[in-house]
Amino acid sequence: MNKKTTFLALLMGLSVVALGATGAMARDQIRIVGSSTVFPFSTAVAERFGRNTDFKTPVVESTGSGGGLKLFCSGAGQDTPDIANASRRIKASEVELCAQNGVADIVEVKIGYDGIVLANSNSSAQLDVSLRDIFLALAKNVPDGHGATMPNPYITWQDVNAVLPDVKIEVLGPPPTSGTRDAFAELALEGGCKTFDWIAALKGSDKPAFKALCHTIREDGAYIEAGENDNLIVQKLNANPSAFGVFGFSFLDQNSDSIQGSIVNGVAPEFEEISSGNYPISRSLYFYVKASHVGDITGMEEFLSEFANDRAWGPDGYLADKGMIPMSDAERIEWATRAENLTNLNM
Amino acid sequence: MTNSFVMRSSKSRKRHAAEMRFQWMGRIAIIIAIGFLVFMVGSIAMMGAGALKQTHIAFDVDLSHNEIDPAFPEKADYDAIIKASLRKAFPDITDRREKRELYRLVSAEASFSLKNFVVNNPAHIGQTHKLWFIASDDVDLFFKGNITIDEKGNAGRLNAQEVAWVRIFERNQNIETRFNTRFFTAGDSREPELAGILSSLTGTAFTLLITFLIAFPIGIFSAIFLEEFIPQSRWGDIIEVNITNLAAVPSIVFGILGLTIFLNTFGMPRSSPLVGGLVLALMTLPTIIIASRAALRSVSPSIREAALGVGATQIQTVFHHVVPLALPGMLTGAIVGMARALGETAPLLMIGMVAFIVDVPNSILAPATALPVQIFLWADSPERAFLEKTSAAIIVLLVFLVLMNLIAIILRSKHRQRF
Repeated sequence: MNKKTTFLALLMGLSVVALGATGAMARDQIRIVGSSTVFPFSTAVAERFGRNTDFKTPVVESTGSGGGLKLFCSGAGQDTPDIANASRRIKASEVELCAQNGVADIVEVKIGYDGIVLANSNSSAQLDVSLRDIFLALAKNVPDGHGATMPNPYITWQDVNAVLPDVKIEVLGPPPTSGTRDAFAELALEGGCKTFDWIAALKGSDKPAFKALCHTIREDGAYIEAGENDNLIVQKLNANPSAFGVFGFSFLDQNSDSIQGSIVNGVAPEFEEISSGNYPISRSLYFYVKASHVGDITGMEEFLSEFANDRAWGPDGYLADKGMIPMSDAERIEWATRAENLTNLNM
Repeated sequence: MTNSFVMRSSKSRKRHAAEMRFQWMGRIAIIIAIGFLVFMVGSIAMMGAGALKQTHIAFDVDLSHNEIDPAFPEKADYDAIIKASLRKAFPDITDRREKRELYRLVSAEASFSLKNFVVNNPAHIGQTHKLWFIASDDVDLFFKGNITIDEKGNAGRLNAQEVAWVRIFERNQNIETRFNTRFFTAGDSREPELAGILSSLTGTAFTLLITFLIAFPIGIFSAIFLEEFIPQSRWGDIIEVNITNLAAVPSIVFGILGLTIFLNTFGMPRSSPLVGGLVLALMTLPTIIIASRAALRSVSPSIREAALGVGATQIQTVFHHVVPLALPGMLTGAIVGMARALGETAPLLMIGMVAFIVDVPNSILAPATALPVQIFLWADSPERAFLEKTSAAIIVLLVFLVLMNLIAIILRSKHRQRF
């Protein structure tokens, strides 16, 4: 019996040692937090960086843009992240939070674009819609034709626009917590919404009402929240040929044997079209760096030059192969210079 | 006497029928449950089996002296050598875009493995060798038959031209699948063909070790003290209510607690298995305490009375007689709690363990991730080839769960024999 008590006492002792064995150590590894959309690209760069240099592979966390920027702005120093990825631009409120916590030297680097596609199984016909059709099909309230709004009455795509097929509107998309959903509402719904002159006029006179009308997605079952996992949506599209899904371009790219992207405003969601800016639903991707950490944390400079490099983010770079849409030559030069000179963020 | 009591009256027949019905309902319930289980495990196993095989392709590599300086073989540009060798295998390709498509057939790993080969075998410099390299994920998917060719001749991300090249490799027997050892020996990667589970598995092992070292002794001693030393006191009741409530708290709350206490107040390293283990220990403590108390309560009071009756002290009674009898139940509780901790991701998000970790963690302070997190991250990746990796990682997780339960059963039966 004594043996057993000693054993237990040993366990207790070990756990105390484990508790005590923490101390702040100087960090020799870059820490990155932020958007799950930028995650696949950021990790690809981190992996190459770790392989091609003697530095440790950076740790990249997938926390979402908002959560990442919050961590990023929690202070400067060893125990805070060096870089935050974001699938949208940093907000003024976040810059303020950063400043309050002593982070005033934020460097903004735009890395490329991400197209958002409306896609269906390629056993069905390809859809050719306008942003206005998307708005009318998916908004909670739509114009009634007399300068007022009514709850969305449309059941099939044909109800929305007579040239569209007689198929029930059934769109699987991300939940409100997702950045993809925000971008979809802002670019696709608002884009279609603005094509009504009186609503466009509303933007100047009553902005909250404009936003409420243009950004609110219907809740009567035509738009189905399918969770954050885009692979799941792709699988559901294969199972249900009449349904459409909303997700990032890289998932269309990877599953082009089973799904097809809808043509929006006459432009197909193809690599070149998104890159040239013709495809209407695409957003910019960014990362933010603490300039004070460059030099403090080993390898930061080298990591930035690995990222802001045509080998990574160029048209033939490995990020393009991962589904990121590269910026134009001029833009790449501009942002690479900003990354190199650590130009402070200009809102 | 036709109506003897041994004859079956209609009433007794009804009762027998009711019993039969009940038994059949039970059987059907079990059959349905087993059916679901077989379906789930079967479909995961079918999808995951592909991850155990990896496509490799071979071509002649010219290790000429012009390219590689025998004095400094590690300095050569191996990427360029791979590309030149591929061009040589298909000399009629001149278009730049086509060349790029050709390079895409081979994994980005090829230049590193060629470098390793040359550095370890410097005698081969100056010769031409047929060498095998890992194929890219797109080729892998196509060759394993996970992607079918559409009417335009494309197979997923491979275009008709690339499909034709793969066919040429196939005709020359320069493409084959081999057992994928990388999956078990490599860390995470953004390239599906290179990704492995070792880093997350090590992270899980470290995390669970910490969880066990902390939760098990604290849980067991709390249970013993609460059950045996203050069985009917007001404090005991208050603590009991709180523990029962804690057991039902959503796990993410423990993550938030860990973020505020361990990371922000104590300044422990973010993403480390130490913090992960502490958080999971907090989460499993109530489960262990409740199970251990139930085990102690089920020990017959006569044992305690007999021990006290022959003059044993309270501590002797508890540790010599009650605890050994209750230990199997306590161990079961601990293992059930640990099994829950094994599958947990939500609390780890808050403390930074939902992360891309390539290096295998070498201590409880190094950044690490856990196996369920790895599954979550792979399931979320756009690359198609991660689908089978995800399933294979789920199988590994299930194997570990089964192993843990097996250990619980073995420990239980071993201790039961003693008394």
